[in-house]
Amino acid sequence: MITAHREVWTGRVLLIGLMAITVMPFVSLFVTALHPSGTYPPGLDWPSHPHWGNFTGAYRAAHMGELLKSSTLIVVGVVPLSLILGTMAGFALGHLRMAGRRLVFLTFVLGLTLPFEGIITPLYSQVRDFGLLNTRWAIIVPLIGLFMPFSVFWMRAHFVTMPKELSEGARIDGANVWQLFWRIHVPLARPAISSLAILLFLWTWNQFLLAIVLVDDPAKRTMAGALGAFQGQWGTDIPLLCAGSLLILAPTLLIFLIFQRRFVTALLQGSLKG
Amino acid sequence: MAQPTLGPARPDVAETRPGGVAKARGRTPRSGRPGLRTSPWAGWLFVLPAFAIYAVVVLWSIALTFQYSLYRWDGIGPSTWVGLRNYGKVFTDPDLYGSVLNAFQLIVFFSVIPVGLGLVIASTIRRIAASRLALVARTVLFLPQVIPLVAAGLAWSWLLASTGLVNQLLARVGLGGATRAWLGDVSTALPAVGVIGAWVLLGLCTLLFLAGMGKIDPTLYEAARIDGAGPFREFVSITMPSLRQEIGVCLTVTVIAALASFDIVYISTQGGPGDSTMVPGLEIYYLAFSQREVGVASALAVVLMALVILCVLPLQWLTREESS
Repeated sequence: MITAHREVWTGRVLLIGLMAITVMPFVSLFVTALHPSGTYPPGLDWPSHPHWGNFTGAYRAAHMGELLKSSTLIVVGVVPLSLILGTMAGFALGHLRMAGRRLVFLTFVLGLTLPFEGIITPLYSQVRDFGLLNTRWAIIVPLIGLFMPFSVFWMRAHFVTMPKELSEGARIDGANVWQLFWRIHVPLARPAISSLAILLFLWTWNQFLLAIVLVDDPAKRTMAGALGAFQGQWGTDIPLLCAGSLLILAPTLLIFLIFQRRFVTALLQGSLKG
Repeated sequence: MAQPTLGPARPDVAETRPGGVAKARGRTPRSGRPGLRTSPWAGWLFVLPAFAIYAVVVLWSIALTFQYSLYRWDGIGPSTWVGLRNYGKVFTDPDLYGSVLNAFQLIVFFSVIPVGLGLVIASTIRRIAASRLALVARTVLFLPQVIPLVAAGLAWSWLLASTGLVNQLLARVGLGGATRAWLGDVSTALPAVGVIGAWVLLGLCTLLFLAGMGKIDPTLYEAARIDGAGPFREFVSITMPSLRQEIGVCLTVTVIAALASFDIVYISTQGGPGDSTMVPGLEIYYLAFSQREVGVASALAVVLMALVILCVLPLQWLTREESS
């Protein structure tokens, strides 16, 4: 078992190395953020007098309060509606017998690989024609549509595994399709729905392209979109930029660390299904 | 993209995969005929809201992109019909097809490296997959998936800057001559952008492979050991074939990430220096919103959408189960 022992140790060393590489950018951001504002510190150098004030400075400069509110409003606009519509459609396509469901499902699948850049130009003119440019609706409405293929795909994959006998029993007891859906299937689908909610939250919060194209005012964008504007404005002040970047990625990081187990499962399943 | 092949392996599930659906009629009801008998329009009522918003936002926009691509248009004023001339421009203008070639080079960094390295790392740490260290690693390796890509781009721009950590380390090990502003040098900018993408995707691939390896029957490895197989032989004969599906998924996800890259490039190089890191997504953005050439931008968009589908489709046979 000498070989096994050696393999365990190479495994450990490799894993620690990989973790170090993963964490390194964050550490570098953090250390740099503590240097006096306006200086060009070397990559990884603990300052003699850490300037914790940079974080409050960046908080004010980035208008973090407004940004948090804006991103939250956008998430509230996108996620619940996407969940409801996606779950309903996934239920019908995975569990009900309906004419043409295969064609409908294939049409949704078509949208799974779509790069957002492919339709950003017509989205811009449509949003403009509806007079929604520079409002949060300009991000919310397109995102619901763009996330729909994945939501439907994800929920259908869940409903396909539900035994038909379950629904037949309820039907015999006199439930109509709507009651069957809300009272029996939605409660049972809760794990699938909550994983989907996590993924949609992340993708909305981190959405960049739609934010910079459709909304000029950084205060009405998502967090990620605001980071782009923040870089443009403070790009020369490296410590402040680093402090601001850390603040902007802190909320998702925090939520991830709190719900990490659900997140990891959701992300692993998400990429396998998607 | 992929089929939902990872559901629990119930015998009646296979029947409901697309392809099995239409032909199931006429079997005895208990043998797993998919779908519940309801009035025929009930299902449509459930699908309709989702389909409506998908059709308006996505399908309609795809159609409009096709339409725009046949016109010369500045986005505001009148447009003129130019037929396929915009596509001609995409395939002959070196700036435009150059961006597509750059995207293909990025596949090496976004897909080949994370998948290759991820396989090697996962099979090395397979034995300690249940240890506490590995549990911590699961969380840490996911960090790049959770933060916005722009934040990854920003952090790495700083690491790769002329006074950044990468150069600091190089100088420390006596390679001071190799230091440079990695993202500002025409010859290194594209690989440097690629490294950022590899950093984002490596953890995801490694963890997906580890999860897949957890499902391999351990007696297979024991039998191989008894037969005198070394780690390499084990990897080729047991690990690789069992991970077909995971490899297919990783390749699909990462190839799309490479071809449709935007956030990282936008924040770290803006396509420069020169056009050395220009990618189709960014080129579309510039063409449509700063040069006001909506027609050419849309032609490039159509080419990009087609390329993604063409590259991803052949990968799907990997994700299908071998039998059945």
